[in-house]
Amino acid sequence: MTDGLGPTRPRAPRRTAALRKLLRDPQALTTATVLLTVVALGLLAPVLTQHGVNEASLEHVDADPGTGDYLLGGDRSGRDIWARLLGSVNTSVVSALIGTGVALVIGLTAGLVGGYYDRLRSITEWVFSLVMTFPGLLLLIVLMPMTKGDHRVTMLIFGVLLSPGVYRLVRNLVLGVKNELFVDAARVSGLPDARILRRHVLFAIRGPVIIAAAFLCNASIGVQAGLAFLGVGSATVPSFGSMISEGFANLYIEPLQIVWPSLLLGVITVSLVLFGNALRDVLEGTVSAPSKNTARSSLATRTAPVGATPPELLVIEDLTIAYPTPSGELKEVVSGVHLRLEAGETLGLVGESGSGKTQTAFASLGVLPREAVVTRGSIRLEGRELLGASERELQRLRGRTIGYVPQEPMSNLNPSFTVGAELAEGLRAAADVSRAEARERMLTLLERVGIPDPPRTFASYPHQISGGMAQRVLIAGAVAAGPKLLIADEPTTALDVTVQAEILDLLRDLQKELHMAVLLVTHNFGIVADSCRRIAVMRQGEIVETGTCLDIFRAAEHPYTRMLLDSVLDEHSVRRDPPPSVSRILAKEER
Amino acid sequence: MLLYVARRLATGLVLALLVTLITFLLLAPSFDAIVGNRLGAGATAESIRAMKTQMGLDRPVLAQYSDWLARVARGDLGDSFFTGERVGHTVGQHLGVTMSIVLVTLALSVAFSVALGVTAAWRGGIADRVVQAVSLTGHLVPNLLVAIALVYLLSIRLGLLPATGFTPLTDDPATWARSIVIPVTALLIASMAGLTAQIRGAMTDELRKDYVRTLRTRGIPARSIILRHALRNASGPALTVLSFEFIAMLGGALIIEKVFAIPGFGSYAFDASLQGDVPVIMGITLFAVLLVVVVNLAVDLVNGWLNPKARIL
Repeated sequence: MTDGLGPTRPRAPRRTAALRKLLRDPQALTTATVLLTVVALGLLAPVLTQHGVNEASLEHVDADPGTGDYLLGGDRSGRDIWARLLGSVNTSVVSALIGTGVALVIGLTAGLVGGYYDRLRSITEWVFSLVMTFPGLLLLIVLMPMTKGDHRVTMLIFGVLLSPGVYRLVRNLVLGVKNELFVDAARVSGLPDARILRRHVLFAIRGPVIIAAAFLCNASIGVQAGLAFLGVGSATVPSFGSMISEGFANLYIEPLQIVWPSLLLGVITVSLVLFGNALRDVLEGTVSAPSKNTARSSLATRTAPVGATPPELLVIEDLTIAYPTPSGELKEVVSGVHLRLEAGETLGLVGESGSGKTQTAFASLGVLPREAVVTRGSIRLEGRELLGASERELQRLRGRTIGYVPQEPMSNLNPSFTVGAELAEGLRAAADVSRAEARERMLTLLERVGIPDPPRTFASYPHQISGGMAQRVLIAGAVAAGPKLLIADEPTTALDVTVQAEILDLLRDLQKELHMAVLLVTHNFGIVADSCRRIAVMRQGEIVETGTCLDIFRAAEHPYTRMLLDSVLDEHSVRRDPPPSVSRILAKEER
Repeated sequence: MLLYVARRLATGLVLALLVTLITFLLLAPSFDAIVGNRLGAGATAESIRAMKTQMGLDRPVLAQYSDWLARVARGDLGDSFFTGERVGHTVGQHLGVTMSIVLVTLALSVAFSVALGVTAAWRGGIADRVVQAVSLTGHLVPNLLVAIALVYLLSIRLGLLPATGFTPLTDDPATWARSIVIPVTALLIASMAGLTAQIRGAMTDELRKDYVRTLRTRGIPARSIILRHALRNASGPALTVLSFEFIAMLGGALIIEKVFAIPGFGSYAFDASLQGDVPVIMGITLFAVLLVVVVNLAVDLVNGWLNPKARIL
């Protein structure tokens, strides 16, 4: 019925795009060329040599390269080394194809089934944990009486031994993809499961599987060569392993004999690994190597502190933060921001998501991501410049002078530590207290922030408490050492509406008790109206308007502010008209 | 907790049962060849049949297997077909040799990988690229080639270390140490490559997480955030990789053992398989499976300790 849902259309362009990217990648192109050349050499062996791989002639025993038509000379049985090298290539290719093929077929099928059908997963899990119990190489050796050393049969078994790796990879990928919207959509629209698996799921997970295949080839080739080195396998089948082993034995007589097979085997493995890595970069997208925060070096202008004015708690001047784009240019996310905050005051920093509020907050705490670049500006806390300050200096300020309450409570607690251990460590880092004192103070503080059973929460792990509780815990952690400035980044966004009001009340009460200044980052004017005296409105990295709460609510000057204000929902004005787009309103204003 | 361990060990026993049964079934078709091998060149169909009857190899396969099982339950793994030595004793001996190499390798691998992986993830930039290059190189070279190159350089050319041979730790620790330097190095390179890449990746992910930022805003020193908080969360998957490497090395050390003439578990299994020494093969399989079961259980227990969400109580 709804075939339009299928990825048929995006498929072609995306695949060619990946292919084109691959062709443009020098590493992928070089290694692919090397691999294809090697495979072609093996295939063309009948044309490229006149001698059979097992054809021995007494006069060519340990012959030098170039003797007669023995291009690389003869080995100690008088066989043509060049012919044997080409034969070894073929043996390796066949081994790689069989080993990888078997591992992929088994692992993919079982992974798709086990990942998609919850009920069958326990069975596949069990079977593969059984397979994984077999100690790989050891089993291949133990089964030698059965395989009779045939590398094809051996690789068949080795493929089975490799399959748990593929299974686990695919199973995890499918579990991740299964609940994606496009798979849901396909399921709801009534596509049969087999079809969803084949077209939607398989398509989505192809990248990592292709990459894994490159490494499986490598494993197969390595094991085949290793076994042949040990003398497992038919003596008539040429292999890098047996050539290396013979060369090793002949090291003193003809040192070159070990060089050729080692070199070719090395080239093949290196190419496969590098090709796999290039594939990974192309298919999964490279994370550009993060460079150290260059704040110190690239501070273009730093305004000197003006002496006479009364020291404000936090002064941000001309702050500009940029991120490198994949093309290497810098894209500004915060441009020339000015903010002032007096001791004890609450300032609302308002703007839609992506407007640069959080980046400004992170810069004030000195915790911008590593790839962020502060191109210019100044941030002074109690007159002390924070940009360019050493990590040690910042560490001394954090917790003690400046505290932080994050947006999403759960992800901001370390899942492996009890709430209490984490809180106590934080307090002890910022204040000089003993372990017992830290515990006492945190228990009192937990009670103060409205936790019903402090000792119990203290001993709990984050996953054992609710989101509202976790946010109270984080607030307790932020104010534990009595900071003069609290930066709260959307502290209620992730919480239920009923809890939101309580958290805001708590923040307000704590502010009064502890005489803190609060920088309240939010997109919600309702929250600002409740808690703040002054407001700064941010849009696309710039402050568009600053003023007292009263002034802005009464007569906002900037159209963006007015639009944000209009979008506040309350029970009197449930919106019936379609929401106006930002650009349309702004265009109207400018006219 | 104890119940969980008991249950896991029980499933481990079932696993061992299955694996040994499968191995035995796979070996059964080659009994004729094995007996012929033992009798030597003069073997005839007649003498092979007589020998099989004498050794009890002509009885139904399942009956033979259950006999073996009954003997194992009494703690008797049987005697080697060829040397007549007690299998339990010799397997243990060879396992000890391999363990003394593998455990040293893994300990060094953990130490280096953690140092390199953590540095790469934390420092980023050039340090990260150097570590990635080192780890890639380890992946690139087959350890067979590494072993040969090392022997050639250190033993044959420079004469610094013994090229082959092995002295048990209990005989003489100093000679033991000298005899394992090259084998351990050869194994270490590949093992480190995998583990370093894993730790670097997991640490990079971990250090980007929200809680790391929040911990920083509390004034907690970087050392504690990296080593106590992030590394603990990143070590779960690394531990799994480590257990895989351990299992792979049980047999994978074979090539190294052969190159260096070390009487280890792998080369013992190899020789037994070449000869078709059924009792030895069965004993080796049983030991290997049990070892794998114990290692996997240990990894899961440590993981549970590291990650409270995965804690099974």
